[in-house]
Amino acid sequence: MINQLTHLDRLESKSVHIIREAYSNFKNLCMLWSIGKDSTVMLWLARKAFFGHVPFPLVHVDTAYKIPEMIEYRDRLAREYKLDMIYGQNEEALRDKKTFPDGDCSRIECCKRLKTEALKNTLAGTWKRYRMNKETGIYEVDSNTEPYTGVIVGVRADEEGSRSKERYFSPRDRNNDWDVGDQPPEFWNQYKTDFAPGTHVRIHPLLDWTEVDIWKYIQREGIPTVSLYYNQGDGKRYRSLGCYPCTSPIQSQASSVAEIIEELESGILSNIAERSGREQDKEDGGGLEDLRKDGYM
Amino acid sequence: MSLIKQTEKADVKQREVMNIVIVGHVDHGKSTVIGRLLADTDSLPKGKLDQVRENCRRNSKPFEYAFLLDALKDEQAQGITIDAARCFFKTKKRNYIILDAPGHIEFLKNMVTGAANAEAALLVIDAQEGIMENSTRHGYLLSMLGIKQVAVLVNKMDLVEYNQEVYEDIKKNYATFLEKVGIQATCFIPVSGFHGDNITRHSENMPWYGGDTVLDRLDLFHSAGLPVDMPFRMPVQGVYKFTQDGDYRRIVAGTVETGRIKAGDTVVFYPSGKKSKVKTIETFNAPEPDEAVPGMATGFTLEDQIYITRGEIATVSGEAPCRISRKIVTNVFWLGKHDLVKDKEYLIKIGTSKISATLIEVVKVMNASDLSNEAKDYVGRHEVAECIFDLKKDIAFDLNNENPVTGRFVIIDDYEIAGGGIIVDQVKDKYSRVRDYVVMRNLKWEKSIIGRDLRSVRYKQKPALVIITGDEASDKKELAREVEKLLFDNGEYVYFLGIGNVVYGVDADIRATQSDKSLKDPNRQEHIRRLGEVANVLLDAGMILVVTAVELTADEIDMIDTTVVPPHICVVWLGDKVTTDVKYDIKLAEGDYKKNASIIRKHLSERGVIFNPLL
Ligand SMILES: Nc1nc2c(ncn2[C@@H]2O[C@H](COP(=O)(O)OP(=O)(O)O)[C@@H](O)[C@H]2O)c(=O)[nH]1
Repeated sequence: MINQLTHLDRLESKSVHIIREAYSNFKNLCMLWSIGKDSTVMLWLARKAFFGHVPFPLVHVDTAYKIPEMIEYRDRLAREYKLDMIYGQNEEALRDKKTFPDGDCSRIECCKRLKTEALKNTLAGTWKRYRMNKETGIYEVDSNTEPYTGVIVGVRADEEGSRSKERYFSPRDRNNDWDVGDQPPEFWNQYKTDFAPGTHVRIHPLLDWTEVDIWKYIQREGIPTVSLYYNQGDGKRYRSLGCYPCTSPIQSQASSVAEIIEELESGILSNIAERSGREQDKEDGGGLEDLRKDGYM
Repeated sequence: MSLIKQTEKADVKQREVMNIVIVGHVDHGKSTVIGRLLADTDSLPKGKLDQVRENCRRNSKPFEYAFLLDALKDEQAQGITIDAARCFFKTKKRNYIILDAPGHIEFLKNMVTGAANAEAALLVIDAQEGIMENSTRHGYLLSMLGIKQVAVLVNKMDLVEYNQEVYEDIKKNYATFLEKVGIQATCFIPVSGFHGDNITRHSENMPWYGGDTVLDRLDLFHSAGLPVDMPFRMPVQGVYKFTQDGDYRRIVAGTVETGRIKAGDTVVFYPSGKKSKVKTIETFNAPEPDEAVPGMATGFTLEDQIYITRGEIATVSGEAPCRISRKIVTNVFWLGKHDLVKDKEYLIKIGTSKISATLIEVVKVMNASDLSNEAKDYVGRHEVAECIFDLKKDIAFDLNNENPVTGRFVIIDDYEIAGGGIIVDQVKDKYSRVRDYVVMRNLKWEKSIIGRDLRSVRYKQKPALVIITGDEASDKKELAREVEKLLFDNGEYVYFLGIGNVVYGVDADIRATQSDKSLKDPNRQEHIRRLGEVANVLLDAGMILVVTAVELTADEIDMIDTTVVPPHICVVWLGDKVTTDVKYDIKLAEGDYKKNASIIRKHLSERGVIFNPLL
């Protein structure tokens, strides 16, 4: 007889419940998958929720500056898990070399173009979406251009300041605007699932998880992750993954999940922000609040 | 170097975690108590406290624990570990998360959001200022939110010279108040957040107090035990079937609220009253669990292919059944921007069901400060009131004192959650009797081993009820016969059933002697109920059924839908002038019956009832 649930059990069940609520309430629903540890755990939770299936598309915003291993990993899991995989990108900015690595703009501006803009337009269906053909494994232009009204996103409250003011179901209006001060109440497992035409809702199943919870869950479930998170012998690992021109590894000897958990629990990283390797954060003093108000994840 | 790290599944070490919320009137010392708890349990980043004190000294302003929390927030904005909306600290026994509800005007919304996730609460009252409006309002809300463990901290004892009488006075008055709203404080503790008396150390300033410190008290709170001994309740979130991926399981999914369930248990779903046996408890990437318990997001398969949908509540046969009604007496707290008023349509969400509702009566509005009652016919922002709601459809629920989780709901106004409530009673509505019959009938139904799905495949159609109504003069039967013939010729299994077929046989005992058809027939409701029952048998047999009756009203269609499974597929009004409030799907002019019949057939085909290609 089961008489208690562990902390991870409770986190897992709550997230699964939220993902199922999203599935029941939004016709045009998708899940953002950044290939990082958090959204990969979230993908895993979706498979938990639907007993091995993922009944909505996964959307990846490809900045074209992702570390190549990440794209390979994405497509491999997409095939293995039979995912409905979609990606979008800012083709114009990439073609016209209007990016930070091309020397055209600041990191923040580059993020705006390659991530925020690309994300907004991919979700809205105003830019091309590429969908993996399940038979051939090749990406084709997606004929469906309907906007997504529900978007599941893997943010955690402990990551940065602005995120801790989030709700599980967080409405955005027509312009992707987000009113930090006026969030609807959420209680008794009831969430904002009704919305005015033209608005959409961000859904955050991982809000209660901490970095350590994520790693413990990866360990408990045996979830495959990109090897960039681990020290490969050079005393360095990535703690957070982004575009290679703007992401740097941290000093660390941790080469397994168990060692990462140990490292996090020892407190040696407790005065270093998880995203300290992400250069764009430093340009945005507002703890990403400015970027996020604009629709950044 | 391999691309993907395949981690071996392994057990992980986990500590117990408890969520607590801290509430109270503004300036009574919430931040100070939190700051103290963090400082005295060594949960602050190194040197932080000294740094903030030093800062205050340099700017010649008095030190405040609130500054400490602000400083933590600033750091958090730069991405360093501490989360201001949730402060973490740990004792030897377990980890704590304090859910702080920031903001003054928006406090109540945030407090409700935080408190609903908490297992225990600290309620702070200023010893000098005494019990204020929000001390009582928050206490009342805690009781409605179902938080049973509340420690009341009488704070700022230093300002009243650690005087026992002041403490006892507040304790007495506040305990009396809590009793009125139906909660019992776990304990009262005299403290000084600012000086640390009785927070983590026993105070030498109050030798007269022999109770626990706040920290000891926290460790004594019970981690919410799983309510496994209550009747099983699981609101159905969805019924999943992923056949396109080659998975033929049909899984009823949801999160268990109370009780437990295992393979072999007989489940009854409410409000439909349908039942079956649990075949398997389903999971992913784990061995099949023996049982599902409260808090678990789970799913199970059934022995029979019964048709159930999101919104029903799964229960276990033999345990207390759910209640079903369309009229509920509730206690509501209102957070909406606009008042809660009569004659407006709201949505009520209870469990996973969502129903339109109207407020029909405000019994009383409670004054938060003194619990006196006001007579009003609306409920304003931040008010608490007893209200009666009328619901559009049947819902299944429990009274809040029977089962808090299935006895509460939220109210949606203009797309937003604008209030919450608990159900304290139900009122018999005009369908109560019909519904009781239906629930009993479904419970006792002798099930055939040939399920609805099998019949559908064989007959190439789904069972469906077509209702043709119109004024007395219109020739509904003519149209019904034409529809019957057209469908029959196309190979469907179809049957025409007029109310007359029922009146003289099935209804012989209640048949009125003069005018059977008159709307004033005192037994009209019963005639229609029986018509529904006969229809239900034929629908279960897989038929497409065409039923006719004079001038059906919206209520009567509702009653037929209460009786039949599945509900009607289409209502046709025949004639130019619609003389009742019925909501029809198709309105047809009298005359060309062939054409009219083909319109109805087209509708059925669009609704997915007929699989045969149209001839
Ligand atoms: N003397 C004294 N002042 C206190 C005590 N607790 C809080 N205060 C003061 O009361 C004021 C309000 O406290 P704060 O914690 O910000 O209240 P909140 O609004 O409930 O968070 C501040 O000036 C505190 O320094 C106490 O135990 N003794």
